[in-house]
Amino acid sequence: MSATLASTRALWYLTRGSGAATLVLLTATVVLGITNSARWASPHWPRFVTERLHRNLSLLVLVFLALHVATTVVDGYVPIRWLDAVVPFGSSYRPLWLGLGAVALDLLLAVLVTSLLRARLGHRAWRAVHWLAYACWPVALVHGLGTGSDAGRAWMLAVDAVAAAAVLAAVWWRLGAAPSVPVAAVAPHPGEVARHGHGR
Amino acid sequence: MALTRRLRVDPIACDGHGLCAQLLPERVTLDDWGYPIVDPTPIGRDLADHARRAVSACPVLALKLQAAAATRR
Amino acid sequence: MGMVADRLGPDARAGVATAGSAGLPRLLDGVDGYGATVPLARHRTVYPAPPRPGRPLDGVVAVVERSGLRGRGGASFPTGTKLRAVRQGRRTPVVVVNGSEGEPASAKDKLLLTAAPHLVLDGALLAAAAVGADEVVVCVDGGAPAALGAVERALLERRAEPAATVRLAALPSRYVAGEETALVHWLEGGPATPTGSRPFQRGVGGRPTLVDNVETLAHLAQVLRFGPEWFRQLGTAEQPGSALVTLSGAVGAPGVYEAAVGAALSELVGVAGAPDGVAAVLVGGYFGSWLGAATAARARLDNQSLRPLGAAMGCGAVVVLPDGACGVAETARVLGWLAGEPAGQCGPCVFGLAAVARAAAELRDGRARPDTVERLRRWAGQVEGRGACRLPDGAVRLLRSALDVFADDVQWHLHRGPCAGAGRPSVLPAPRGGQPWR
Repeated sequence: MSATLASTRALWYLTRGSGAATLVLLTATVVLGITNSARWASPHWPRFVTERLHRNLSLLVLVFLALHVATTVVDGYVPIRWLDAVVPFGSSYRPLWLGLGAVALDLLLAVLVTSLLRARLGHRAWRAVHWLAYACWPVALVHGLGTGSDAGRAWMLAVDAVAAAAVLAAVWWRLGAAPSVPVAAVAPHPGEVARHGHGR
Repeated sequence: MALTRRLRVDPIACDGHGLCAQLLPERVTLDDWGYPIVDPTPIGRDLADHARRAVSACPVLALKLQAAAATRR
Repeated sequence: MGMVADRLGPDARAGVATAGSAGLPRLLDGVDGYGATVPLARHRTVYPAPPRPGRPLDGVVAVVERSGLRGRGGASFPTGTKLRAVRQGRRTPVVVVNGSEGEPASAKDKLLLTAAPHLVLDGALLAAAAVGADEVVVCVDGGAPAALGAVERALLERRAEPAATVRLAALPSRYVAGEETALVHWLEGGPATPTGSRPFQRGVGGRPTLVDNVETLAHLAQVLRFGPEWFRQLGTAEQPGSALVTLSGAVGAPGVYEAAVGAALSELVGVAGAPDGVAAVLVGGYFGSWLGAATAARARLDNQSLRPLGAAMGCGAVVVLPDGACGVAETARVLGWLAGEPAGQCGPCVFGLAAVARAAAELRDGRARPDTVERLRRWAGQVEGRGACRLPDGAVRLLRSALDVFADDVQWHLHRGPCAGAGRPSVLPAPRGGQPWR
């Protein structure tokens, strides 16, 4: 199937744009997930906002990722099949870098499906798979650096840098800032609910 | 005959995250240490959506919505 | 006598006796004042060997139900009902003998295991026959070497008798280790912490599990030997039979006594040697409630009589507090120990008991704030019923009864600092904390 040069370019721009958008949304999702596990909250930003936003953004990641994959495959400029999107390292075009994208997609699907079925799976099984999110994000980042058409461009590098900084800062904050022993602040007056923090 | 459902918290799984109290203050209040005190009054249709949201928001799946007949002592 | 002495303090004399009622002793029949083990040969002159394992024996459950026997571990659940529930499971059940006796003020189970192990083992094997179980696990507190040794020797004595597989296990010495689900959890390889499981449906090895207290099974053996009508000759209609009571505190001869359920508490304390003045009596051990002297003088030892007084028999541990002792200090001490016993799984229990213990200690030391009692009552209301087991409920019950019975002492400590009695040596036994969970 051949497309006119104009529509190929359009698809190509969509691929690159949706790829960048996916990375940004994925970064935000990961940072929110870390914030949630650190139990951070403020009077204007309660826990359920973090939780909901994390959940909704992850679904948005799926939308943009689907767009990214579809435009890549439909655009016949380079030989990439539907199968290469989920089975890594089998493509004839840049098998390594593209394969990493497929790995990230597989990991994301595992995390998403188990999250949707969380009530049926039980907390322990869900949690074990959810840890894969920490693998999904760097793999997605490296995929972009390796095979992204804009990888060398200044704006894309800036996006990558900010994304990496955000996740690294969040992880560092999570490991260092949260207290390591359960803390219970006993209410000084009846009726006043005490804050209490936990380490994990 | 409408199915009555009650909220119940698994005290072992519960870790005091407190999202349930934020999402369903009509039925859940927090004690002095941040752990939920769940009002066992049945959930009517007006609160059903909020109750479901609170159940799904629990990070450790400790909050459960049970049919009233199945609620054990 | 080593084992009861360990439990009750160095002054405990051989206190195995009966409370002077006709028809007693029953469980303690043939048991001497030193708790020496009744050998198998002598035991068999009265009790026939239990049947070998096979299909569930019909009729046994009905006999137990007719006897009205209730569990003696503290919950007083009808034993026949439990047998029937376990028997209905599809898979072959398991019988677990609960000899954990985590209650520091109770020594009856250890005494039974040491002095009459064959009665307990017969009861366990009969229960196994009733539900069709092929395996019995005898769980004994790891900190009770005399009881462990006696059961081991008893099992050796019985090896010629065909019976279900019986194995012995030494439990961690924790207060909640004797809770049914905690016991099963530990037998399954985990820590002795409570879970949300239902052992009578899925317990050891996923099989229906009958967990019964040592004393309950001893009674069961007697019910099947002498009949349910005989069993009902003592006790009350609601709670038939006799019961083992551990008497300690300011009594002349602390130890384990057998009495008819419903006996007058004052009579029981009198047999053990009451002190000149009694300030209060703790009924049901650390899991129980305080009764003021006047109330205790009128009280009878059965659940129906005790319930309106805000108390229950529990495991039958009774501690006498003499005049001049400080109920506030004793309670603060017990609450401090209880605060170290949660499994750590439920926030309200862990934090609530810690807060209660801290405030009680402040009250004892005269460092309490003006709203300390208010805070204690508030926390009691928040903690009650919010754990996976009944540990927080027991602590709350003890606390509330103390605030009630020792109200005058509480006021003294609040406004004038520690009373004279607070400095005296403690009356309630104090076990070591910080035991392992496995």
